[in-house]
Amino acid sequence: MSHSIARSPWQKAWLLLMRNPLTVAAIILLALLVFACCIGAAISPYGPNDQNLELRATAPSMSHWLGTDPLGRDLATRILHGGRISMLVGILATAVASVIGVAYGLIAGLASKRTDAAMMRLVDVLYAFPFITFVIILVVIFGREFWLIFVAIGAVEWLTMARVVRGQVLALKNLEFVQAARAAGAGFWHILFKHMLPNVMGPVIIYASLTIPGVMMLEATLSFLGLGIQPPDASWGVLISEGAASMAVYPWMLIGPSVFFSATLLALNLIGDALRDALDPKSIQD
Amino acid sequence: MLRFLLSRVLQGFAVILGVLCITFGLLKLAPGSPLQSERNIPENIREQRMAMSGLDKPLAVQLWRYIVSFATFDFPVSAKTPGRGVNEIIAQGFPVSAQVGIAALMIALALGIPMGALAALRPNTLEDRVSTVVATLGICTPSMVLGPILALVFGLKLRWFNASGWYDADDWVLPALTLGIIYSAYIARLTRGGLRETLAQEFIRTARAKGASDAAIVFRHAFKLACLPVLNFLGPTAAGLMTGSIITETVFQLPGLGQHFVGAAVNRDYDLAMATAVFYALLIVGFNLLVDFLQALLNPRIGFKA
Repeated sequence: MSHSIARSPWQKAWLLLMRNPLTVAAIILLALLVFACCIGAAISPYGPNDQNLELRATAPSMSHWLGTDPLGRDLATRILHGGRISMLVGILATAVASVIGVAYGLIAGLASKRTDAAMMRLVDVLYAFPFITFVIILVVIFGREFWLIFVAIGAVEWLTMARVVRGQVLALKNLEFVQAARAAGAGFWHILFKHMLPNVMGPVIIYASLTIPGVMMLEATLSFLGLGIQPPDASWGVLISEGAASMAVYPWMLIGPSVFFSATLLALNLIGDALRDALDPKSIQD
Repeated sequence: MLRFLLSRVLQGFAVILGVLCITFGLLKLAPGSPLQSERNIPENIREQRMAMSGLDKPLAVQLWRYIVSFATFDFPVSAKTPGRGVNEIIAQGFPVSAQVGIAALMIALALGIPMGALAALRPNTLEDRVSTVVATLGICTPSMVLGPILALVFGLKLRWFNASGWYDADDWVLPALTLGIIYSAYIARLTRGGLRETLAQEFIRTARAKGASDAAIVFRHAFKLACLPVLNFLGPTAAGLMTGSIITETVFQLPGLGQHFVGAAVNRDYDLAMATAVFYALLIVGFNLLVDFLQALLNPRIGFKA
């Protein structure tokens, strides 16, 4: 049983993750939510946009578990269907932000001092930019199309990722193994892809897992302002904003989507924190 | 120290100039113009209005005029509310946003720091767990959920405050609570992290060995270092809060600055959009300068290096 003695850092991290019951609970919660959103809308007897005008704004009941909205649409189906959009935006926008941020950070960190300084000044400038204006201008330029929203969000969320990656590269680039590679004749791109990229994956995964809830919050903000997902399509942001508007009369319309949204954010945050503890080399003990 | 300040101020101006140029470029990329929503204006009047607002000039000239007008405090007039300079519009919204923002910041610090400190001092106890769970819950509660709930409970049901609007002297309370509670969660987490790391250091052990009490250790020795991550977070956060959270200003219908960040871009009010972006950048740069200065003051290892 030699493999039980020598474990890779990833295996150690996985074992550390699994040791904390709170993390396991968060992973199960997230899996359930994702599963429900994936299949829920398909197995529900109602369509997300089916109106039943005889059942306008009814409280939760046996046939409509989370009630209906003022157009008689089944709220549970809409929440599960909207969850798909919210989660998709969260994952895709984070992917866009991660790709831009990692590429930018790797190049800045590994390039000459002057290029690095110029690239990071640009990041400083963008940091001082009111990001909500940035997103809004992007949405205004490209129109309110669904797939452009996560590009717009991804385009503003890469800044911190770039800083994290660059810091990591600066710490790594003068270590012996990189000097050895350089002495053996490895070029800029070879070092970047073969030596830097694998070594920054830990912080990248940690930061990406913490970016997803932030991105979902941003999507909800945009939808709340009427700049995100357009009706009749619904995301959790759209449903929460509809619920907030009619909360005093139909409280279930706010409670339902809010609980799903917050539970997802909670699970993602807990997993992100646990990943940070597990993958941070400072905290790895045998 | 003078060199430190001078170089930071110069960098700040460069950042503001960068923000100005990027905003200008983005606005010019966007289709439409400030005159687009007005129906059927005759061609000659349209040209006159374009000439009046300088929109017929080459792009470089337009950009240069913005730079000059902001640098000389000779602000352009908003295209959508004729007769009012963009500085007047900002001067009207800013006090509202700033009042709510400062109150929210105070609430966040007053709740967050004790909560985080308690958790850090008693690691892995019930207090620590409760504080961590409360902080995580706070981070997962969007202001668009907490705001309407507070408005419902304290505004519509208990009638302690107005549920929305900006009429009475205490109308800042509910929006400030909404933001303060949410940000206190972030501050509690950062305080706990910073304090735990500091408490593990050698000089704290020395202080303990010399018999210093818990309170003396936290306040006299650890706090200066432990609050650095909080300080880092506070710079951009303070600037963001002062310029108004768009969500809370929408929920509570406040006449603050937040509305202009959306409205100016949607209405293609170029001058107002430029002004809000530059104003925001100015605040960010200002607060970051303050944070850098305080950090150098609190942590001798950073110091005033230019």
